[in-house]
Amino acid sequence: MHFGPHLLLAALEGLVTSAVLALTALGLSLVFGVMRVVNVAHGEFFMLGAVLAWAITTAIGGHPALGFLAALVIAPLIVGAIALVAERLVLRRLNYNPEATIVATIGMLYIIQQLALTFYGPEARPVEPPFSYRILLPWFGYSGYKLSIIAASALILIATWLVLTRTRIGLIMRATQYDSETAQAFGIPVGRVYGGVFALGAMLAAIAALLIVPISQAHYLMGQDPLLLSFIVVIIGGLGSLRGTVVAAVLIGMSDGIVSMFFSPTLAKIIATLLVAMVLVFRPQGLFGTASR
Amino acid sequence: MMPLLTTKGLSRSFGGLRAVDNVDFTLMPGEIRAVIGPNGAGKTTFVSMVSGRIQPSSGAIVFDGADITGLPAYIRVRQGIAYTFQITSVFANLSAYDNVALPVQRTLSDGRSKGAVRAGVMLALERTGLADRAHMPAGQLSYGHQRLLEVAMGLALKPRLLILDEPTQGLADSEIDNFIVLVREIATDATVLLIEHNMPVVMQLADRITVFNAGKILAEGTPEAIRENASVQEAYLGTAP
Amino acid sequence: MSDASPVKAYALHLGVIALLFVLSFLLPEYYHGLLSRIMVLAVFAIGYNILFGYVGLLSLGHAMFFGAGLYGAGLAVIQLGWGVPLAFVSGIACGAVLALVIGLLALRTTGVAFMIVTMMFAQVFSLLILYFASWTGGDQGMVVPQPARVLTFGATSLDLTNPTVRYMSALALFSVVLLITLAIVRSRYGRVLIAIRENEERTKMLGYDTFSNKLIAVVVSGTICAASGAAYALLFGYVGSSFASVQYSILPLLWVLLGGAATTLGPLIGTVFMYYVIDITSGYTSAYLLIVGIALILLVLFFPKGVLGTIRQRWLGWLP
Repeated sequence: MHFGPHLLLAALEGLVTSAVLALTALGLSLVFGVMRVVNVAHGEFFMLGAVLAWAITTAIGGHPALGFLAALVIAPLIVGAIALVAERLVLRRLNYNPEATIVATIGMLYIIQQLALTFYGPEARPVEPPFSYRILLPWFGYSGYKLSIIAASALILIATWLVLTRTRIGLIMRATQYDSETAQAFGIPVGRVYGGVFALGAMLAAIAALLIVPISQAHYLMGQDPLLLSFIVVIIGGLGSLRGTVVAAVLIGMSDGIVSMFFSPTLAKIIATLLVAMVLVFRPQGLFGTASR
Repeated sequence: MMPLLTTKGLSRSFGGLRAVDNVDFTLMPGEIRAVIGPNGAGKTTFVSMVSGRIQPSSGAIVFDGADITGLPAYIRVRQGIAYTFQITSVFANLSAYDNVALPVQRTLSDGRSKGAVRAGVMLALERTGLADRAHMPAGQLSYGHQRLLEVAMGLALKPRLLILDEPTQGLADSEIDNFIVLVREIATDATVLLIEHNMPVVMQLADRITVFNAGKILAEGTPEAIRENASVQEAYLGTAP
Repeated sequence: MSDASPVKAYALHLGVIALLFVLSFLLPEYYHGLLSRIMVLAVFAIGYNILFGYVGLLSLGHAMFFGAGLYGAGLAVIQLGWGVPLAFVSGIACGAVLALVIGLLALRTTGVAFMIVTMMFAQVFSLLILYFASWTGGDQGMVVPQPARVLTFGATSLDLTNPTVRYMSALALFSVVLLITLAIVRSRYGRVLIAIRENEERTKMLGYDTFSNKLIAVVVSGTICAASGAAYALLFGYVGSSFASVQYSILPLLWVLLGGAATTLGPLIGTVFMYYVIDITSGYTSAYLLIVGIALILLVLFFPKGVLGTIRQRWLGWLP
């Protein structure tokens, strides 16, 4: 294959990674932006999405699309419900104190991970894609399903953006993010907004995992890398900024593919983590954010 | 005589608002100076820049002949500028003793001896009348006593310039009388810069008064002169109850 | 806090040390070995507590300091053929230097950013161990051979693989670190650290350079954790990358929270207790991280002051 097509292939793969990453990071970013809570268990909600997808498609059987569609509806709802319960039982009682909530979400991480190990097991299991149409480009064939991931992610991102900027719910969320005490005084049910946002953040992670699981596999430790990468994206993009998150996700997703062509994955991770830590130390508002607050 | 403190063209804006606007200010050693003005006139921002808690947008601050504009707050404290907070911020979980021990142990030059810390702490507590409450957690003291503890901490720093930000706010009348006596006593070996809303206190204590309005100095002079000043009455005293 | 009952405080701590000494002769073999390990890990927790309990800085990356001691000592023996004392010093020195560098960078941030930055630096550290696998043994780790773990003074020699020698070495390290910590927190410097935890802005306005004070605390904390790691490598003879993983940053936090943050004996109590709980439950579940997770949540929800913190608040106000 010539250089041009090769680059195109790398770019497509990078876009798929970016699409999934953007959704996951958006969930983390929303939770941090509105609630000021750093959710260390975010990767486990991602993992739950994938594991549930396997469970649901296996239970339903039949045509892969049928099971996948069912999973696409049911799995995020279950994950959202779990997140809501965790928020009610734990985070709310901690008054959303930033440090206590980090410790508590670390606890959630271990609990969810170990329960998955107990009930799902240590194996990696595949989920069949809902369709296996290959698009034939002049130089190579490419999985139609992968392209549909990019499209689905873009749709969800646009929908989220519209909800945040154009609807009453979005306005309430932004008001809560800006100043929760004043919002409370104006009759906004801040507690319910927080519950909803935490559930929504977890659901976005679950959907991202659902989209990617037919090309990767479901495994109980699969939440770790998305968590780290989401942190990186959210920090580079500026904490709590939607546009920054998407830009950073594309940047990281694209460069991840390209960098791992030249470096070993471990070295790539070392460099990326170190760079991001330095960004936090020297430019805490992120590369694209402005020091507004 | 050389002024203890001067500011030249000192300004600070927050967003578009010029909270302190081009202020030239001079303070002579040994003075008790009151700074008054309506809410939002820039008084607290001004003294915060002097103490180093806020960086000025432009202008210079000279303390005892040396430019201190770029120095961090803790070095200014070491050079003798002490600041007591408007909102009481004693260490609520530490005892009154420990609260005062923190400034005392830092100003001690001889280092080691435990007796010296104890003596210094008890002296400051006695001057503010808190000696019998030394081992109470500061958070359990009454509001008035917490304000006095603030002053004791300021005193323990052995400052050359003591900045008191609304020290009598929330005090009972009897406490205010004691407070006036205390400030007079402090002024025998330190210069005092006092932000205060309570006009009787200002009139009794201040050698000179500086009036702030909208980030600028509106007037400056003796208490009598300020009382007579028409523009002050219009801007400030007129609106006071 | 400072002037109250120095005699009582020192008597209590010496009593605990004496108790641990006596236990060496009473405990059955299994628990004897376990307690040696717990004492070394309690030193790790004590180091963590200095920063978290007394300065109020929550680090999620202290595994790197433990790891620096572990590999600093272990590699010195295995790759360079150094003797035990020099290797121990090498481990401590690695931790101190690392803590200085990390402190200079991470202390530019506060709160949540500090937690994430420390976690990321620790992540880099553990990845570096995997990357240089040819030197560090990577995932597999390395065993410090028995002949290299013998201390020789002229004619006498101490074999660190002997259970009693191992126990007494662990106890010696623990006692020294415990008493140093007690002295630090009772000192003027300790008072400043607590003031920074309670209100950093106010502490600055009393003329303290809070950055330098915090930096010193990071270095002291990191050095103690490294001493624990170095001792672990030399006493138990295993150097592995799992000790540098995120999990080993979380564990000292858990031990300290459980025993009581900002108490000198809390780290020991927390470590003992957690090991005991895991020991009991290991009969029912192999997923001991589940216990860790549940314990973390229960502690922050219902018991944020930990065992000793609660006792101090309710009954014994003089506890250091």
